[in-house]
Order: sequence, then C-alpha cells, then structure tokens
Amino acid sequence: MSKVEFSPDTLALAQRIIKRYPEGRQKSALLPLLHVAQAEFDGWLSPETMDYVASLLNIKPIEVYEVASFYTMYNLKPVGKCLIEVCQTGPCWLRGADDIVEHFEKKLGIKVGETTADGMFTLKTVECLGSCGTAPMLQCGADYYENLTTEKVDTLIEKLRASDNRSTYMKSNMQEL
Amino acid sequence: MAKVTIDGIEVEVADGTTILNAARQIGGEVVPPAMCYYSSLKDTGGKCRVCLVKVTQGSAKDPRPMPKLVASCRTPVMDGMVVQNITSPEVLEARKGVVEFLLLNHPLDCPVCDQAGECDLQNLSYEHGVGKTRYEEDRRTFEKIDIGDKIKLHMTRCILCYRCTFVADQLTQERVHGVLNRGDASEISTYIEKAVDNDFSGNMIDVCPVGALTDKTFRFKSRVWFTKPLDAHRDCDKCCGKVVLWTKGDDVLRVSARKDQYNEVKEYICNECRYDHKDMKDWTIEGPRHIDRHSVISQNHYEKIDMQKLKLDIDRQLTFQKGKQLPETTNP
Amino acid sequence: MGRQILLEHINVPGINTFDVYRKHGGYASVEKALKTMTPDEVTEEVKKSGLRGRGGAGFPAGMKWSFLDRKSEKPRYLVCNADESEPGTFKDRYLMEKIPHVLIEGMITSSYALGAKTSYIYVRGEYMYIIRILEQAIEEAYAKGFLGKNILGTDYSLDLYVQPGGGAYICGEETALLESLEGKRGNPRLKPPFPAVAGLYASPTVVNNVETIATVCAIVNMGGDEYAKIGIGKSTGTKLISASGHINKPGVYEIELGLPVEEFIYSDQYCGGIWKGRKMKAVVAGGSSVPILPTELILKTAKGEPRLMSYESLSDGGFVSGTMLGSGGFIVMDETACIVRNLWTFTRFYHHESCGQCSPCREGTGWMEKVLHRLEHGHGHEGDIDLLVDVAKKIEGNTICPLGDAAAWPVASAIRHFREEFEYHVRYPEKVKNPKHFELEPFVPAAAAMATV
Ligand SMILES: Cc1cc2nc3c(=O)[nH]c(=O)nc-3n(C[C@H](O)[C@H](O)[C@H](O)COP(=O)(O)O)c2cc1C
Ligand code: SF4
Ligand code: SF4
Ligand code: FES
Ligand code: FES
Repeated sequence: MSKVEFSPDTLALAQRIIKRYPEGRQKSALLPLLHVAQAEFDGWLSPETMDYVASLLNIKPIEVYEVASFYTMYNLKPVGKCLIEVCQTGPCWLRGADDIVEHFEKKLGIKVGETTADGMFTLKTVECLGSCGTAPMLQCGADYYENLTTEKVDTLIEKLRASDNRSTYMKSNMQEL
Repeated sequence: MAKVTIDGIEVEVADGTTILNAARQIGGEVVPPAMCYYSSLKDTGGKCRVCLVKVTQGSAKDPRPMPKLVASCRTPVMDGMVVQNITSPEVLEARKGVVEFLLLNHPLDCPVCDQAGECDLQNLSYEHGVGKTRYEEDRRTFEKIDIGDKIKLHMTRCILCYRCTFVADQLTQERVHGVLNRGDASEISTYIEKAVDNDFSGNMIDVCPVGALTDKTFRFKSRVWFTKPLDAHRDCDKCCGKVVLWTKGDDVLRVSARKDQYNEVKEYICNECRYDHKDMKDWTIEGPRHIDRHSVISQNHYEKIDMQKLKLDIDRQLTFQKGKQLPETTNP
Repeated sequence: MGRQILLEHINVPGINTFDVYRKHGGYASVEKALKTMTPDEVTEEVKKSGLRGRGGAGFPAGMKWSFLDRKSEKPRYLVCNADESEPGTFKDRYLMEKIPHVLIEGMITSSYALGAKTSYIYVRGEYMYIIRILEQAIEEAYAKGFLGKNILGTDYSLDLYVQPGGGAYICGEETALLESLEGKRGNPRLKPPFPAVAGLYASPTVVNNVETIATVCAIVNMGGDEYAKIGIGKSTGTKLISASGHINKPGVYEIELGLPVEEFIYSDQYCGGIWKGRKMKAVVAGGSSVPILPTELILKTAKGEPRLMSYESLSDGGFVSGTMLGSGGFIVMDETACIVRNLWTFTRFYHHESCGQCSPCREGTGWMEKVLHRLEHGHGHEGDIDLLVDVAKKIEGNTICPLGDAAAWPVASAIRHFREEFEYHVRYPEKVKNPKHFELEPFVPAAAAMATV
C-alpha cells in the first residue's frame, strides 16, 4: 500500500480548515478533516488514514479513533463505490421506506449491510436524515434522493452504475431521476 | 463554608464540596454508592448514575427543590441545601433501576470472575439489586484482549465508567486506549491493540470497579479471598512505594495500590512496584491490611455465601459505620 | 396563509443569492443594529419579542442571551445549532437551502448583540450540500463587507464558519454539539457549568437554533414589541412546522402561533388533510421525542377546547393528555398505521443515537428497542407492556442529558393512549408478524375483536 498522504491541493484545503479555529484548538478540525480524508482515500478511514490525520493535527491517534468510531458517517471498513443509505425512521417508514429497502435488496441481490460482489453498491439503512416531508428517501454521497418509488430506484441504480463514480459526501454526483 | 443536611444529618463543609463528599464526611449509610466517580481522578463521575440523590431544598437562598434527581458526585452543595438519599423511596427506586441497567449486559458469572470478592458491582447489586433479571435478550459479549503484556481487558464485564481512560489521561503521558463506538456498542479498546507501556498504566487495574481490567501477572493464581493482604512499602523514586502485597505463604501473588474505605486509591503506584517486585525481601512489611468487612473478600468462602448472611453482614457493616460496637461475626 | 416572516420571499427566484436577498430587504437588521443600536439594545429587543428557542426546548432566547457571561476576559462565541436530526424535523434544512442569507444575517446581528468575534454554524454532516450553500452565502457576505473586518465601516468585526458534524443526533444537544465542535466525541457535558459561562473552548457561549437566529432579523427590523403582537400569549411570532406522514401535502409551513391544529391538518393551505381519503389516528406534534396523541386529544384538549399550535395549548393537560410543540416536527398517522411499529422505529432511533455515557440511557434504550422488536415481530408476551412502562420510567429524569427523557416519553405516551394495540400484538402474534408492510389491517376493530374472544 502506498503511503497515506493528501495531495497538495487537499493538504492546502486541510490547512485552510485548521485556520478556522483559534490558536491551540486545531483539534476542532478533526471532523471536517475526517470527511476530507474519507473522500480522498476510497470512502473509508483505515487506521493508517486516521494516524495520518492525527499527525496533521498533532493529536494522539486514539483521539482520532475515538471520534471516528463515534460518528456514523465515517466508514471504518471499506464500502462499495456507491453507499446507498435508506432512511427507515418513523416518518419514512410511514411512507413506505420498507418497500424501498426490500426493492434494493431484490435488485442488488444483497441484504442490508452487504456490498455487491462487483464492489459497486453497499446498502445500508440509516436513521432520519431530515427529509421526512419528502419520504421515502435515501442518501448517496452528498446527494439526497427523495419521494422515492420503486421505479425511481431502478433508474437510480442504472444511472449510478453507468456513471461509475465513487459517491462521497464531499461532492455531488447528482443523478437526475 | 456551607451547611447541608443529608438524610436529616447536618454537616458543614467547604464551599464547592460535592454532595457525595459531604455525605462521606458524615460517613455511614447516608453515603451514596459511586461506580464512576473517583475522588483522586479529576473530572470523573456523573456517568453511572448510582449516586443519584434528591435535593429537596436547593439552598437557603433558593429553597426550591431540584426538579430531577441529581448525581451527588458532581453536584456541589449550597448553603442550606437539604438532601435525601436513603430516606427517599424515589432515590432507592431509581438506584435499583440503575443497578439493573448496569447488570443488564453484565455476565452473571461472578464465581469465575477474577474480580470476584473485590468487585464494586457485586457489592452494589447485593445491596440494591433486584433478585432476578427481567432481561431476556442475549448479553453483549467480547473476546478478552491484552492491553500490553501486563493487563487483560475483558470488555464483557466493563460498565463504561471511564475511570481507566482518566488514569491514562492524567497519570500517563501517552494515552493509547480509550472509548470507541457509541451507545451500548461502546467499548474500551486500544483499537489496534497497542501496548500500554507507561510507568503508571497499571493503576487502571486498581481503579476499575469491576473485573474488566485485571492484572495478568496475578490472574488464575488464586482467588482473592484465599490471599493475605499486607501493607508494605519500599523506597521508590517513581512513586510513593506504598502498596498492598497480596500474599500466600511467602509468595507475593500480586501488588496493588492501597484503597480507602470507598475503594479508592489516593496514592498511585508505578509499574515497577506493581510488577517487578514480587518478592517479600523487596518490601518492608507494615502489617496486615484491614479489608472492609463489606466486601466478600473477608468471607473466605465465597461459593457458600447465602443471601441471608450477606444481609446480616451488611447490617453489621451499617452498625459498624455508625460507630457502634461491632457485633461478633456470624461467619464460620 | 397567515403572517409570513421567515418564508415571506421564499418563492422569489434567486432569493438564495446575496443580491436578490438584499433587494428584498435582506441585511437590513445588520445595518440597523450595527449603525444605530448598542449590543445591549439588540438583546433588549429580543427579550421584548418574547421569542422562544425554536430548537425544541422553547427557552426564551432573550433570557438566554442575558445569561451570557459578559464580564469574562475570554472571547465569547455564538454557535448556531443546525444539527437538525430529530425525526420529523426538516425545517432548518429547508430554510438554509432556500434562503441561506437569512441565517447569515441573523448570525451577524446576533453575534453583534452577544459580542462574539468568531461564530460557528454547526450543521449535521449529512447536510453536506447545505454546507456548500452556506459557505457560498458566507463568501458573498464577506465580499459585500457584511463579514470580516470592520463590517459596514463600523468597529465591529466578525468571522463566521460552517462546521460539519459526523452523523450523530446527540450533537444537537447543545453541550454535545460544543464537544463535537472541539473535535471530540459528542458526549453531552455535565451541567453546571452552563455554556453561558463555559461553553466552546471553556468560553462564554450561546447556542441557538437556526430558526431562532433567523428570526432575530425580523425582530430587530420591526422591533421586539411589534413582534410580540404576532402569535398568541407567550407563544409569540411565527413557527416553522415540518409536516410529514400520512397527509396530502407534506412540507414546511410557517404558521402564526395560535393556529388551530385542526385547521393546520385539514386546510388546503397547510397539510391538506389525510391522504387516500383515510381517517387520522394519531399525531406526534413536535418531533419524535414528544408524546404521541390520538386524534381526539390532538384536535381538542381534555377540557374540550380546540387545541392550538402554541407552546401552551399543545402542552395543556401535561403528559396525561397533552404533548409539546418541541421542534415543530408534525408527524401524522392514518388509521392503518401501526403504533407499535412506529414506536419501535423511534426507539430504535434513540438506541442508535444514545451516546452511551450514562447507564440508564445506554442500557435502557437498547432494552426497550429489543422488547418492542419482539412485540412487533410476534414474539411478545404478557408482561412486556408493563416492563416497557417501567423501563421508560427508570430512564426518565435519571440521565445526564434529555435524550433519555426523549426516548422514554414516546414509549410511555404510546402505551398510555394505545394500550389495546400493544395488547393486540401480544394476543395475536400471527397477525402482526408482518414486518414487511407498513400498512396493516385497520386497527379500529382490534378492541372489538378482543372483546369477542
Ligand atoms: C438529544 C437532543 C437533541 C437536540 N437536537 C437539536 C437539534 O437538532 N437542533 C436544535 O436546534 N436543537 C436541538 N436540541 C436542543 C438544544 O440542546 C438546545 O436547546 C437548542 O439548540 C437551543 O437553541 P434554541 O434555544 O434556539 O432552541 C436538542 C436537544 C437534545 C437533548
Ligand atoms: S474497563 Fe473498568 S475502569 Fe475502564 S471503563 Fe470499563 S469498568 Fe471502567
Ligand atoms: S442520556 Fe443518553 S445521550 Fe444523554 S448523556 Fe446519557 S447516554 Fe448520552
Ligand atoms: S424519517 Fe426519514 S428523513 Fe426523517
Ligand atoms: S458515581 Fe456519581 S454518577 Fe457515577
């Protein structure tokens, strides 16, 4: 494995983020930097990536592990290129989220929590994403897909597969439905 | 100075004292139990909630009661405050609930646990627990892992009091273990199992209220109640050198720091004293260590304990703490 | 439509840009406050307005501001709570997406009032695209001289940053939010000290909700007294309501506080009635944490008075027959909705989101979820319902932060008002063993069916 290091551009971004906080409070940059790192290194945070972020902020590695494992958006294991996160909390459930999840399982041939054999999709159920008025919905990377129907899911799967981009929270990969 | 009344007993304490410490100044049965607070570690407490008490009068100035039960270990007293601990059925009910929560995912295998006999949770559940668990689901379990070559972590038993992380933060320079994940998936871990090699890391074992962190150099050698504890000291340039030797015959099976009546270490010891001097000759023996009768260590026959006797023992303990003459022991 | 204050210009094309926003009266409050008012005068107007925090607790904003320790030598901070994760709540996202500048404007005016030189907007990480929108709006505001050094030529300078969260509902709790902003786990702090004394970086800090801060613009513009005339009694002003569930028109609505609940649900201006021509069964009126109420009690109080959308009216009857306005997450359930399953999803949510610091919440939320899962999947048994009530009672009030209460209230209220439905699950496990479908046979006959058995 190659050495974990940000590209010069990303490093510059990281330095700008660190400057948002007062002297001596650079640890505040941890959450944003983990997002940046996850986007840079294949959509997940390996121990090496976390150690690297720790070195950028001059904090102990355990401080990074503690934080990364607390928040749900950080993947501590590799995920498929497109991480499909379907909301399943009350308001979405009331509008048929279960059907959407079931449809995904059928279409992709995987269960919730699994990744397709080609490494393209990981299916996950998540809790309320603040989109209950446009339920059912899912998030893939930075994008919200709302008012879902099984037909829309079919279209989405096709488009995502065709675009072959890795979804990241940092950048929109919006596929028109 | 502030005057507080706890369960009808008045005491005057320094400003800023917590309710728990005020109660400890009174002593006896009005002292709330504490599973996460640790007086010699800064910022501990507030988490386990077994020390909840009821404040029926906030202060002389503002006599309103506090709306909720408060964590006595982290709530400072105010002049004129009135507190109920064991005189409040509401507190006892809540405490029973907390003990049940703490035991929910805790294995019920005290007889095989290395901490048996010196476990705060075991003592607590005898006093406040409910007889039978209402929890039908599977308990959370973890593999035992090594934290370094001297400490064994059995996360299944951990009650997430966070004390060990405070030891690591406050006594050692480099904390490599911590709390990972969140909610009931939280666990103490070194993540990639880095070793804890620091002169004071061994103190994590002593502050752990349960059998989650244990001394690998002692494990399985002997049940703690078969050992004879001795106060001893040596000249140490790293720590105070004041320890308890857990001995059997002439063998030193384990070395630990000294704990007070609330099971707290006030003077921490270094790893050298703890691990590298298991020889009587290295120590100046001061004499037998007084062990709190409260604990089952003093029972000698843990497996035979029946609840009846334990209850009697607790009653004895209560009488004892009230300063009365201790009745004769009922143990064989 | 009633009085629109926040959403007045929502349909103006380009209102998300600085220029269009400015043309429609945007940033007037910054000009007015910085050029003609002292910080204390601004705080005074907010006090007079009677504005109550829109994040859920409804604490008077002016009073919170006046608690800020102004004597401290340390810098003061204003932190905007845009963590919005309470199920059923999506109003802040709507506001930030459509009119980002109203939040930026509010942040500047409020920061001035509080004497903050640096302020942060903490946005839940999932709203990453909103973060981009806000960052762009902030950039525009800097370019136009509304942020940065010597704003509008005055002595006042302010830097404003957006901070992403990492996915944790608990970071909506203000002290957990501050921990998270300091780059730590989102564990709520023990209080005291309160943020007003020791908040971000142990400095005096005010944390306010997006909507609260956005409303400050209007208050400064029209004056606190004028704002206080809107609304009803101590529920002054307007409130954004996020409407979801089984209604014809889910969405975000700005209502004048005091609007009858019935009108809100059935009027075409708002929710437009229950979908598919069905009847309403229950409403969770203020986000998943507040007690659920059956139709009779949400439309009318126990005293028979019409229930209004206001802090006081919704809580009329306490937890026996009332609920709370909370965050304004209005979730409607039709007659086919299974209360047990809905509750299970809520409880699963709280279990998932508990930070795990304190034992009642860490262990209790998981326990309740497992029992509900069991009930919902046809494995419940006698005693489970009382067990749930008891566990909820042992969590409530005994935790570090209100998440414990938030997990307990829905359980207690659902069982209080819909006990027969829970009993039905125990008695007819085969009928409820249908986890796939969200629509069950109407439950109305349940009680009757049981009576005949
Ligand atoms: C578990 C929990 C979650 C919360 N989530 C939010 C939230 O997402 N957004 C919010 O504005 N307030 C939330 N709050 C309320 C905040 O703690 C705080 O009261 C609020 O941000 C204060 O702002 P306000 O006075 O303007 O309402 C939450 C509280 C708790 C206990
Ligand atoms: S390992 Fe022991 S000391 Fe550490 S948190 Fe768990 S119970 Fe507490
Ligand atoms: S109540 Fe729950 S979320 Fe709040 S501090 Fe305790 S464990 Fe954490
Ligand atoms: S419940 Fe799915 S977005 Fe809120
Ligand atoms: S000892 Fe006070 S909360 Fe744990």
